[in-house]
Amino acid sequence: MYETNYHRASSVPDAAATFAKGKESKFLAGGQTLLPVMKQRLAAPSDVIDLSKIQEMIGIEVSGDTVTIKAATPHYDVAQSEAVQKAIPALANLASMIGDPAVRYRGTIGGSLANNDPAADYPAAVLALGATIKTNKRAIAAGDFFKGLFSTALEDGEIITAVAFPVPAKAGYAKMRHPASRFALTGVFVARTKAGDVSAAATGASQSGVMRVPAIEQALKANWSPGALDSVTISANGLLADIHGSAEYRANLVKVMGQRAVAAAG
Amino acid sequence: MSTVKLTVNGRAVSVDVEDRTLLVHLLRENLNLTGTHVGCDTSQCGACVVHVDGRAVKSCTMLAGQAAGSNVTTIEGLAKGGELHPMQAAFRDNHGLQCGYCTPGMIMSAVDIVHRHGGKLDEETVRHELEGNICRCTGYHNIVKAVLDAAGRMKVAQAAE
Amino acid sequence: MGVEGIGASVVRKEDRRFITGQGRYVDDVKMVGMSYAHFIRSPHAHAKVKGIDSAEAMKMPGVIAVLTGQQIVDDKVGNLICGWAITSKDGSPMKMGAWPAMAPETVRFVGQAVAVVIAETKNQARDAAEAVVVDYEELSAVADVKAAIKPGAAQLHPEAPGNVVYDWHLGDEAAVKDAFGKAANVVTLELTNNRLVPNAMEPRAAVAHYDQAEEHFTLYTTSQNPHVARLVLSAFYNIAPENKLRVIAPDVGGGFGSKIYIYPEEMVALWASKKVGRPVKWTGDRTEAFLTDAHGRDHVSKAEMAFDKDNKILGLRVKTYANFGAYMSLFSSAVPTYLYATLLSGQYVIPAIYAEVMGVYTNTTPVDAYRGAGRPEASYLLERMMETAARQLKVDPAELRKKNFITQFPYQTPVIMAYDIGDFNASIDAAMKAIDYAGFPARKAKAKADGKLRGIGVSCYIEACGIAPSKAVGSLGAGVGLWESAEIRVNPVGTIEVLTGTHSHGQGHETSFAQIISDRLGVPLSQVSIVHGDTDKVQFGMGTYGSRSIAVGGAAIVKAMEKVEAKAKKIAAHALEASESDIVIENGEFKVTGTDKSIALPMVALAAYTAHNLPDGMEPGLKETAFYDPTNFTFPAGAYICELEVDPGTGKTSFVNFVAADDFGRLINPMIVEGQVHGGLAQGIGQALLEGAVYDGTGQLVTASFMDYTMPRADDLPSFKLSHTTTLCPGNPLGVKGCGEAGAIGASAAVINAITDAIGNNKLEMPATPDRVWHAIHG
Ligand SMILES: Cc1cc2nc3c(=O)[nH]c(=O)nc-3n(C[C@H](O)[C@H](O)[C@H](O)COP(=O)(O)OP(=O)(O)OC[C@H]3O[C@@H](n4cnc5c(N)ncnc54)[C@H](O)[C@@H]3O)c2cc1C
Ligand code: FES
Ligand code: FES
Repeated sequence: MYETNYHRASSVPDAAATFAKGKESKFLAGGQTLLPVMKQRLAAPSDVIDLSKIQEMIGIEVSGDTVTIKAATPHYDVAQSEAVQKAIPALANLASMIGDPAVRYRGTIGGSLANNDPAADYPAAVLALGATIKTNKRAIAAGDFFKGLFSTALEDGEIITAVAFPVPAKAGYAKMRHPASRFALTGVFVARTKAGDVSAAATGASQSGVMRVPAIEQALKANWSPGALDSVTISANGLLADIHGSAEYRANLVKVMGQRAVAAAG
Repeated sequence: MSTVKLTVNGRAVSVDVEDRTLLVHLLRENLNLTGTHVGCDTSQCGACVVHVDGRAVKSCTMLAGQAAGSNVTTIEGLAKGGELHPMQAAFRDNHGLQCGYCTPGMIMSAVDIVHRHGGKLDEETVRHELEGNICRCTGYHNIVKAVLDAAGRMKVAQAAE
Repeated sequence: MGVEGIGASVVRKEDRRFITGQGRYVDDVKMVGMSYAHFIRSPHAHAKVKGIDSAEAMKMPGVIAVLTGQQIVDDKVGNLICGWAITSKDGSPMKMGAWPAMAPETVRFVGQAVAVVIAETKNQARDAAEAVVVDYEELSAVADVKAAIKPGAAQLHPEAPGNVVYDWHLGDEAAVKDAFGKAANVVTLELTNNRLVPNAMEPRAAVAHYDQAEEHFTLYTTSQNPHVARLVLSAFYNIAPENKLRVIAPDVGGGFGSKIYIYPEEMVALWASKKVGRPVKWTGDRTEAFLTDAHGRDHVSKAEMAFDKDNKILGLRVKTYANFGAYMSLFSSAVPTYLYATLLSGQYVIPAIYAEVMGVYTNTTPVDAYRGAGRPEASYLLERMMETAARQLKVDPAELRKKNFITQFPYQTPVIMAYDIGDFNASIDAAMKAIDYAGFPARKAKAKADGKLRGIGVSCYIEACGIAPSKAVGSLGAGVGLWESAEIRVNPVGTIEVLTGTHSHGQGHETSFAQIISDRLGVPLSQVSIVHGDTDKVQFGMGTYGSRSIAVGGAAIVKAMEKVEAKAKKIAAHALEASESDIVIENGEFKVTGTDKSIALPMVALAAYTAHNLPDGMEPGLKETAFYDPTNFTFPAGAYICELEVDPGTGKTSFVNFVAADDFGRLINPMIVEGQVHGGLAQGIGQALLEGAVYDGTGQLVTASFMDYTMPRADDLPSFKLSHTTTLCPGNPLGVKGCGEAGAIGASAAVINAITDAIGNNKLEMPATPDRVWHAIHG
């Protein structure tokens, strides 16, 4: 790792101000992505600003039909939260499948979304549930947030403060783990709103990051059941291919994980 | 350079380190607590697991500065007054280690697993929960046995308290 | 068997330090004035090194020196050696290119070192390494073994035209041709044995210190054989004469073969410590381990087996291409020849065998022995062949094996090995019973009803361990003898130190070797210490690999103990005024048979050292040494059966049951033996399902971290059901055979046979990832 300057921020404004002072500042939340990257010397921030101790950025609130997860809340706390388990069990379940226990203790939802790894789990839930990403500057709709591999609508120095999830009628997540990294080789999140709208998002599959899967959405809108996807074919075009999965295999997984997600949603 | 103050195995320490120093290096190089190991560069093997404020985390994926003010327990701090922690004893009694390199991280993770699950542990859960700890020697068979055994012992120990 | 003697599952003496964080590994060693090394490594698989500019780096904070490959050549440090000479079919010696510790002119694999930075701190060394400018001229590269021997392929070494190191053969070609002529059925199989990265959890490391006044070096290193390291470092690399070089292998975090070899980094650390006049520490990181630890396996083979009309095997023909990587590592040449082709008879009567092996250079990390070394490749090939044959011949795979088992011992195979003893039917029967083989069809049908594909796979392995009779390996080209030594020191108060030339890096020698002593002399385990891993303490020894420690090292201990006993009996007889032939040893007492006269071992020891009243002419002291050279290999064997289910939707495999029935001869500590089997099975299953080193066309290692190279985790593996059948090895005094590699040798075929059974398609290569299995199911 290159030498850097570590700052522990006490509040969101403090973090933003410290960020602005550095030459090449980076926010640090759980560090479960940034630190491995820095260790490999693939990132060289002059300053790292630690968000993980900012009290206003930690915690989970449920009000009415919305579950709000503050950005620095670790995956473990989301997975364990009784409120989340009750309102959107699929989201708690997803959080419990991220990485391993030590990663879940430190990694945060804000870090995961800001990083937008094409194989990360949270983006699938955020996109399928139509969540809103709240920052220190604005609110961004999920559909506008993800901009391809490792890229988002966030501006330099913008801080995700919370993510607001509308509570769906039904939702489910199924993930085929990458054998080595344990990220999603392909994960599919399906949701049906109380109004009857259906959305499905797949992570790990596409060359351009998390994506909606219209074929699955249409089939499920007509018939919310795993069997409804039997006749769906997913095109391998534009899907990732590597030693752990060909594009055809990932296309198959989008469908099979979609079916299992629906089954899990009930 | 910064001065990092924290509590390690119950002892308050204050160390001057470069800001890029990882917790694992502070422990190994500055405090000579070499029981915590490094087995990878990608935060995956778990050889470096210690407890920070009661949670099992990878000390290779935490800056020393992030641990400032925290309470850190390493493998060296687990046995109390020369008496092995039930998890340590269970690893020995079940032959849950061979070369010993993964062992400190394994034990620290395992203690955390039992804390979280209490007596509700079964083999499948233990295997799943050990996802972040790689062992090349044991094939995990005896590690799983050891964790289940220790879960029983820890329950008994708790009940006795 | 006593509670602590042979056959007792005693908990390990060494464990306390490991479970309390007090183990002492190389990276834990600190020295006053220590500096740190960081290697500059080639990013290219094949390139000319045109220049190295270290001017900027030298100005960076903390930098002590930047040393290059040319300097190491100028200082006449020797090239790395290959210690086993193999002769090609045509009688020519193998063709090797030079392997300098740091490349002065040409790099031939990604990760090969070209220079090293020595600095005050680790971070400073790494920071400065980035400022060293290396001017490379890229050359075309080849990573695939078959591609490397094609005309027009990139050429690695001028000494080896066509990249061929050797074209070797074993067996009787004419007899095999005859056998195939008579065959009622011929079964053909093409397969790849995937390249593996050993990945011991402790990365390699070295701490080197040069004492100027004494002109003496000390090296702490992650080694399975510190004496061999010292021999090679002094005799071949010219670092220092043996008496001026101490090599210490303290606690070592796993080896699996990868820590046998004497790597460039250790050499450079030693050399650099003298050059800079400071102790030098190098600790590899995981990426360096992936790029520079010797890899394992990597064969491409074609095999044909001839059967008569009764399904008896008539002959076997094998052609194998072995990928050696860019340089010939220490034992690499022997692995696909004398450790592979000699095991191609397996557990079967095969009247005629002919094997051809071509060893090939490619622009990849050097390949050498990894747990099993040659024997897993032989076993995988044969056991997939038996399964394939059974399906083609439409007979039960277990029955086909039984029909062809060797049942008379000793048995001379057509490929050198003479099996001393075994009972292969006993092992397979035990395994079949343990897994309820007969009930499988019903379980398969039930699984099918649940939408799962269930399969069962058998693998019957045999291996040659206890490496090795020195004369025999010498006649086959080995550069060293493979005996072992032991020294037993009975101290004046009766405690005992046993010094062994083997090295324990997880195997539990400190316990099982002590059990041998305790069993024989009746002393408690707590009074027996095993000393290993330091050339200043232990006389010459050959180290630990090839499941040799108990069979060869343990036998040496027994030999030394016999000498101790003989002398102690003389002293006891003298003290008790009895005849030496009447003295027996029981529970640590020397007794005169038929009387109540006795003297305890500590008193005998004290008498030996006070020397006030010893038999006339006897030297004082009670310390004996033995060198033991085995008369034959040992032949552990067994049967593994795996039952699993495949999820047709994802191609993911999950285990239902895995049973192992092994014959290791006598077990000194069954708990430790079982632990060794578990670990071996995990590596065998890892090879079958998860692990595989992949290079792209330009020679870049695609799987260079745990992010891409799948290490077996707890949730990838089942709990194993182990059992043992026993035929005592007649070749050594303990009746032991060795158990360290069995699991890695036998497991992979059982897994693949089970998957191919489940999916009904035999076209499947390792690792059988969900992706591959899914493609095999869906075409
Ligand atoms: C071994 C391992 C396994 C993993 N497995 C999975 C997995 O299965 N699935 C999965 O989804 N992820 C996985 N991860 C990644 C993990 O979930 C990370 O926690 C997550 O990607 C990043 O969160 P973090 O809080 O650690 O962010 P950090 O690493 O601290 O930061 C990541 C990036 O986000 C920025 N950032 C952080 N917080 C904010 C914020 N509030 N506002 C703006 N920018 C911010 C940082 O500047 C940085 O660029 C794994 C990681 C590891 C080490
Ligand atoms: S060293 Fe921390 S996870 Fe490997
Ligand atoms: S005991 Fe050696 S890595 Fe686990």
